[in-house]
Amino acid sequence: MTTPIQPDTKLSVHIDPYERGWMIAAAAMLVVFAVAVTLASYSLGIQLPGPEQRVNPQTITTSGPWANPGLRQLSASKYEAYIVAHGVGWYFNPREFSVPVGSEVTFYVTSADVQHGFKLIGTNINMMIIPGQVSTLTHKFDKPGQFNWVCHEYCGLGHAAMYGTVTVTQ
Amino acid sequence: MTAISVSKPVAVSAPHTLPAKYVLTSVEKRLVGLNVLMATVALSIGSLFGPLQALEFSGLQVNGVDLYTWLQMFLLKSYYQGLTLHGVLNALVWTTFFIVGFLTLCVIYGLRRPLALPKLNWAAFIVMTLGLVITAVPILLNQASVLFTFYPPLQAHFTFYIGLVLVVVGSWMAGWGFYVTYYRWRKANPGVRTPFIAFSSLITMVLWQIATLGVASEILFQLLPWSLGLLPGVDPQLDRTLFWFTGHPLVYFWLLPAYITWYGMLPKQAGGKLFSDSLARFAFWLFLVLSTPLGFHHQYTDPGVPQMWKYIHAILTYAVAFPSLITAFTVVASLEYAGRARGGKGLFGWIRALPWGDPSVTIQVLSGILFIFGGIGGMTNSSYNVNLVVHNTAWVPGHFHLTVASAVTMSFMGIAYWLVPYVTGRKLWSRKLALVQGWTWFIGMMIFSNAMHTLGLLGAPRRVPLGIAPYVPANWEPRLLQTAIGGSILFFGAYMFIFNVLMTALSKRASAAEMPEIPEAEAVQDPQLTPAWLDRWAPWLTAAVLLVVLVYGPNLFVQLSNMANTSPGFNTGLW
Ligand code: HEM
Ligand SMILES: [Cu+2]
Ligand SMILES: [Cu+2]
Repeated sequence: MTTPIQPDTKLSVHIDPYERGWMIAAAAMLVVFAVAVTLASYSLGIQLPGPEQRVNPQTITTSGPWANPGLRQLSASKYEAYIVAHGVGWYFNPREFSVPVGSEVTFYVTSADVQHGFKLIGTNINMMIIPGQVSTLTHKFDKPGQFNWVCHEYCGLGHAAMYGTVTVTQ
Repeated sequence: MTAISVSKPVAVSAPHTLPAKYVLTSVEKRLVGLNVLMATVALSIGSLFGPLQALEFSGLQVNGVDLYTWLQMFLLKSYYQGLTLHGVLNALVWTTFFIVGFLTLCVIYGLRRPLALPKLNWAAFIVMTLGLVITAVPILLNQASVLFTFYPPLQAHFTFYIGLVLVVVGSWMAGWGFYVTYYRWRKANPGVRTPFIAFSSLITMVLWQIATLGVASEILFQLLPWSLGLLPGVDPQLDRTLFWFTGHPLVYFWLLPAYITWYGMLPKQAGGKLFSDSLARFAFWLFLVLSTPLGFHHQYTDPGVPQMWKYIHAILTYAVAFPSLITAFTVVASLEYAGRARGGKGLFGWIRALPWGDPSVTIQVLSGILFIFGGIGGMTNSSYNVNLVVHNTAWVPGHFHLTVASAVTMSFMGIAYWLVPYVTGRKLWSRKLALVQGWTWFIGMMIFSNAMHTLGLLGAPRRVPLGIAPYVPANWEPRLLQTAIGGSILFFGAYMFIFNVLMTALSKRASAAEMPEIPEAEAVQDPQLTPAWLDRWAPWLTAAVLLVVLVYGPNLFVQLSNMANTSPGFNTGLW
């Protein structure tokens, strides 16, 4: 038993029934993933960094809010943290700050020189720090304790030493 | 699953005009062999550093002195000089040279004709090799410890960028040689379906040439003039965007040659046939169309890219998983077909019936198993939101050691186990060692990548010698040790391969009867029955270019019009 010879103009592809089933299942799975990712990011309010403002890395430490980095209190439980990542010397400025439990902190991080990273371990704060750009995300600290953020992009020999700490007090 | 029977109806059709076999001339063999030789040399140096990095994770000390402090006696200045060598030599050089060599063989053998412009393909090899040397010198002199992503404003010596450009241009030249060869073949064989291994090689090359436009413009318009002092600064965000324009399809440039052997050769080696010629071709076209317009999934956490574009690229990333899922079915079905043809019975009996004594088959099957985990991890990374958990953590190297360093690298090793004997005219030095090698890599990688993935979930950043980082909590320690154990096993996995290739090349010539043939798989159904639209370039190429313009164009336009070249370079003082 053989399939007849099809002419060259034949358009349809011969697909084995099992393979057809697999392809439908695969496509369905991918659609489910895409929908799940979409719904989750809306319902959980997932935020990614996006265009905030352009800055000049060469003047960042002499003028503007990062000339005087650190924590600013906006209201009873709202804060802004202005942080500069330095590759020359490998440190964050400031290296640490503390806030009371229940505080909502918006991070504004930029670089004075090369690229860095900013990951607050155990949270959804994860940003690339790119000279010329400002990375911003907000986190609410619901538990007391010490939380480290680490630099996760190669910035030279001292990359391993670059980290900082948020202390959340009772 | 069990319904795939060996007695499946096989269609007969008009005979086509390809000669049954073609023996590569000794010059052609030399060209292929030299590419593979350069690749293997790169792997042998690059693979020295991986295990050292893994040992450094565990905080290994030699006579009370940190491992890398001790290594400074041997020319190596730092962890990062080593990591640059590891990334560049393994991920860029081993892959690119091997791929160009392998595709050259596939084009010649698939089309059953010599290269149309052999001088061009030789020139390609020379330009690539020259580029490699020019890149290697500044790295070895610690003037370019910028890692294989060379993100500005870390600034390498200008020769580093020139060398990279030459490697890329050389690979393009090889591609042009393929196109002319294909064009001549097409003129002589109108209406004949392009033989699969040549067809898929050509698509891989075209994909590469579209993809590399990003990094080529990054280097030519920003990094090179800047490192020469002609530009005072660069725009690091724009450069990341151009880099990842190339960076994502780059992974398909690595992966598709592995798919070529899984679809087009492995079935034959296992004693079976390619289960579906049409769907194999369809998958390759989808890769051509879909693999470039998704680079923002590497930039989810970049401040300078709008969330909407990141989201669009996230969705397209799920689309490109589709051809890989087709591949999974077709490859497994082809293997099942082979296993049953060899007498395997029952639901899983066909697996046992596969030729597990053949090192080339074994390592390719094992690479496919690791790729299942790599694929699952990849879909996790590409999730718009879960990416926040894993981005730039140790999870990421954990992931790509399953993909490029296993699925791809092990498949290439599997190819080398017949290709090196074929091009050198020698017998593989030791089949047993080759078998042990495949399993060693598989086991080492299971241990290593499991540790790296877990470390990432715990929050450990990548590109950090974690053994000396000041913030490492106690619960990372067991995983750091596990990394070192896996990495040490992998060292043997790498060197058993290199040693076997070396000994093969040094052994006595084999008689013609002992020579392996190029394992080109037949399809279950005659390829002439594959519809013609699956063998036509214009619609797919147009779709590929259009999609790139649509999903990159608008944001690239914005980034280019807001370009601010405000970042001066930082160099050796930093490393
Ligand atoms: C010989 C066995 C290998 C071992 C033990 C090993 C180990 C490692 C380790 C521990 C890292 C992480 C470094 C860090 O983030 O600080 C790493 C990075 C990397 N490895 Fe491997 N590796 C091996 C083979 C390979 C192969 C065969 C490839 C590619 C074909 C490869 C490609 C890479 C790349 C691209 C990086 C990232 C470099 C960077 O972050 O700049 N590795 N490897
Ligand atoms: Cu840093
Ligand atoms: Cu990607």
